Amino acid sequence: MNIAVAIDQIPQDALPNASEAGPAPKRIVVAYGFWIFLLSDIIMFAALFASYAVLVRSTAGGPTGAQLFNQTTVAIETVCLLVSSYTCGLMSLATNSRRYLRTYLGALITFALGVTFLSLEIREFSSMISIGAAPQRSAFLSAFFTLVGCHGLHVALGLIWLIVMMVQVAVFGFAARVEHRLLCFSLFWHALDIVWVGVFTVVYLMGVSS
Amino acid sequence: MNLLGKLDWNAIPLHEPIIMGATGFMVLVVVVVLGFVTAKGAWLYLWREWLTSVDHKRIGAMYCILALVMMLRGFSDAIMIRAQQALAAGGAQGYLPPEHFNQIFSAHGTIMILFMAMPFVVGLMNFAVPLQLGVRDVAFPTLNSVSFWLTASGALLVNISLAVGEFSKATWWGYPPLSEMQYSPGVGVDYYLWSLQISGIGTLLAGINFVTTILKLRAPGMSYMRMPVFCWTALAANLLIVAAFPVLTATLAMLALDRYLGFHFFTLGGQGNQMLYSNLFWVWGHPEVYILILPAFGVFSEVMATFSGKPLFGYRSMVAATMTICILSFLVWLHHFFTMGASANVNGFFGVMSMIIALPTGAKVFNWLFTMYGGRVRLSVPVLWSIGFMVTFVIGGMTGVLMAVPPADFQLHNSVFLVAHFHNVAIGGVVFGVMAGYNYWFPKAFGFKLDERWGKASFWCWLVGFYVAFMPLYVLGLMGMTRRMQHYDNLSWQPWLIAAAFGTAIILVGVVCQVVQLVVSIRNREELSDVTGDPWNGRTLEWATASPPPAWNFAFQPKVAGLDAFWSSKYRAQATKDEPTPTCKYEPVEMPKNSATGFVTAFFAVVIGFALIWHIWWLASVGVFGAFLTLLAFSFRRHNEIEVPAEEIARFVRSHQAGVAA
Amino acid sequence: MTEARQERAPGDRPSREMHASAPSEFLVYTIGLVVAVLLTATSFWTANTTLLWPGGVFLGLAVLAIAQMGIHLVFFLHISSGPESTNNVLALAFGALIVFVVIAGTMWIVADMNINMMMPSGAPMSMQMQQ
Repeated sequence: MNIAVAIDQIPQDALPNASEAGPAPKRIVVAYGFWIFLLSDIIMFAALFASYAVLVRSTAGGPTGAQLFNQTTVAIETVCLLVSSYTCGLMSLATNSRRYLRTYLGALITFALGVTFLSLEIREFSSMISIGAAPQRSAFLSAFFTLVGCHGLHVALGLIWLIVMMVQVAVFGFAARVEHRLLCFSLFWHALDIVWVGVFTVVYLMGVSS
Repeated sequence: MNLLGKLDWNAIPLHEPIIMGATGFMVLVVVVVLGFVTAKGAWLYLWREWLTSVDHKRIGAMYCILALVMMLRGFSDAIMIRAQQALAAGGAQGYLPPEHFNQIFSAHGTIMILFMAMPFVVGLMNFAVPLQLGVRDVAFPTLNSVSFWLTASGALLVNISLAVGEFSKATWWGYPPLSEMQYSPGVGVDYYLWSLQISGIGTLLAGINFVTTILKLRAPGMSYMRMPVFCWTALAANLLIVAAFPVLTATLAMLALDRYLGFHFFTLGGQGNQMLYSNLFWVWGHPEVYILILPAFGVFSEVMATFSGKPLFGYRSMVAATMTICILSFLVWLHHFFTMGASANVNGFFGVMSMIIALPTGAKVFNWLFTMYGGRVRLSVPVLWSIGFMVTFVIGGMTGVLMAVPPADFQLHNSVFLVAHFHNVAIGGVVFGVMAGYNYWFPKAFGFKLDERWGKASFWCWLVGFYVAFMPLYVLGLMGMTRRMQHYDNLSWQPWLIAAAFGTAIILVGVVCQVVQLVVSIRNREELSDVTGDPWNGRTLEWATASPPPAWNFAFQPKVAGLDAFWSSKYRAQATKDEPTPTCKYEPVEMPKNSATGFVTAFFAVVIGFALIWHIWWLASVGVFGAFLTLLAFSFRRHNEIEVPAEEIARFVRSHQAGVAA
Repeated sequence: MTEARQERAPGDRPSREMHASAPSEFLVYTIGLVVAVLLTATSFWTANTTLLWPGGVFLGLAVLAIAQMGIHLVFFLHISSGPESTNNVLALAFGALIVFVVIAGTMWIVADMNINMMMPSGAPMSMQMQQ
């Protein structure tokens, strides 16, 4: 700890402020740009969350969340996403140490968990629609399908991205720009997990307990 | 199963002479331009140097050209509105039927905000920010090209709506339930939705690009408090883009789901909530006005300091005011719908916040005044626009503070007083700002100045025309005239509306003067040429390089030691009589390679938008697939950079210096 | 222009030279996963428990969710308070502020309107307008 503190202080005294250091290296620029994109994406989710919160009681005489939601499914979905976030993190460790096999393995597990999550969600949606709880039924269900579906759409796009990235690792190896994109992918995947924490808390848990 | 969805020959309004005339004129202009390009054999040049360019200066120029063209389109709508209202009093019905009039004011608002003001502001930022920061390009050059072409796609869709189908009749903010399928079954609202959605995504990407550029790419030594004020205002505006546009995306997506799939977000049935739309729309809409005005404030700051020959007064307070506005602009949105029915607590909070946001803006006005005070002010065209702005914007700002008082707003809401107010700040602030920026940076972009005489004529026509056109609307608003009237029975309004129409005619003269100014300047470019690269005795880094700047902007990475970096380096050079001849060796520079990605993606975006508007589902799928393949192809490109050899840079610098010496 | 003077990329761990005593990266992810699973389990328990008063369930769920988001940010996205990630944290704080303003503002405005217009959120404004 002492060493870390000591080293931390030297560059600050000896070198000019980071804000005067000139253009940042590509990796930082790319990751920061993606960070800003994630910020905007989360604000889009904020608008959907706000709509859901406003419309949650507007069931128009139709089914409520408490009648529709199945906690077991949600729990399995949550575990899938959480563990996939973990394996995604392990994949980025493998990428940083440039190990192909571990990278592919991490990607494969992440992908499988993502597909499991998506298929559970699709099954949930289709069973709801089949009992007449379609998004056209009420404002509440419109907001529910849009919010949760938007998160699901992000997961689906993430899975396509992951496939493309694995092809790129196979074609280009760990080239600098492939590494940058893998870093962005892991940011994306972790951010989706954070959004899901909001979804399962606000939509499912608060929905069944009210 | 209909292959063309809702599209058939009835979509083209052949029976409407006004629309067909406008369409014919538009087609004629396009044919003439295309013919001219073909006659000059310039297609290859155009494709290589402009359409696929990822150079921020070229993209910035294209944004401004798009904005100028759309300004002509939006302005013709304005003339038609004013003419209709000047005529349609009492028994007279004017020349525009109601459904056409409704399309015109909706198109006018949409075009002027999103396809004139936005592209112009983004274009100026594109051109100036990387130069002012002393870097070679923005953070993501290809993404920049994608942003521009998506914005252009949105503009194209709006213009297609003139000839094929119709535009929205539900105003530029598209409040439901009017904009829902039940009351707007036509394709107008869909044109509105998809053009905004596509250009909005472009704008969002541009915002991400610029925030990253400003925060992560600056010349060595340029700490935050050494950035030019225009860069600060650009940072604030782009932070607002990143934070506000996602809300618009979500809101329009919800409206689209209502219209296309029968969802119930904002419908009357299914317990939808119409006020949720108003609320979310203005969560975006209010920051949007600051996205437009903040860069204009930046332009005025640069112009005032340069043409007064003094450092900007109160740089730190300017920065603080800019960032304060950036945050506060997110806390005032309810003042767009005080009359919705909220309680005094809510209205009071947002009323007070709206008044508070006037304070940092007021501080800025004093800073500009003190910058001029004691300086040797050169009354060039950009300065005239800036002074015109200060007078006009203060009036507009004060009427705004007046309406921030909820009880007053209950009287003035939906009246033409409000129309006068926001034109007062939008024209007096944003249009005057982009005009100042256009005249200020034009010589940097093209190597010759714009003609002063025509520029001054244009300014005076705009200024006088503005007052004649909009001061009557304040009076009319107090007389009780509401907005968007195709026809009215109160004959005492008519003289004022005729005066307003007359004012619009004066502005028209101003617009003509602008066009003439451009033509005359291009013809006299030899006399107006500027070989020094520093025609105004500038202070910031963009004036340190040649005009027009080479693709790589700076032969050497500039080193910054303080505010007004170029000004202080000029002084040092004078003091030591040391011409800034570089002693170190030229080095090759890596530049991003041109890419058709932006153009092709935007082509597919138009296809997607058009197909969705007309419910041609197979075509929309083709468009999505095409756009995906385009992006995929780009991501597999092996070489994104080309190297500019050192000799080429050395040759350019030598010829530039020879030009300066001669 | 050495990398040491630059701020860190979001999602990147501090380099090992800078923090020789930092725990291994594998350990960081594992701790993150364990804590996140514990918090999630507590959330599910809170939603179904009868031990808390009704408002307490909402409060508990909200606190747990925010805590879990923080855990994800620190252990998976490697957000730290150090000077080398100031920009990342500032951007995050700006985003969090906007998220709060959008959600809280919208809920406040619509709830207030419903009360003020004497429309308990159950009774539809739409039906009144249709009549």
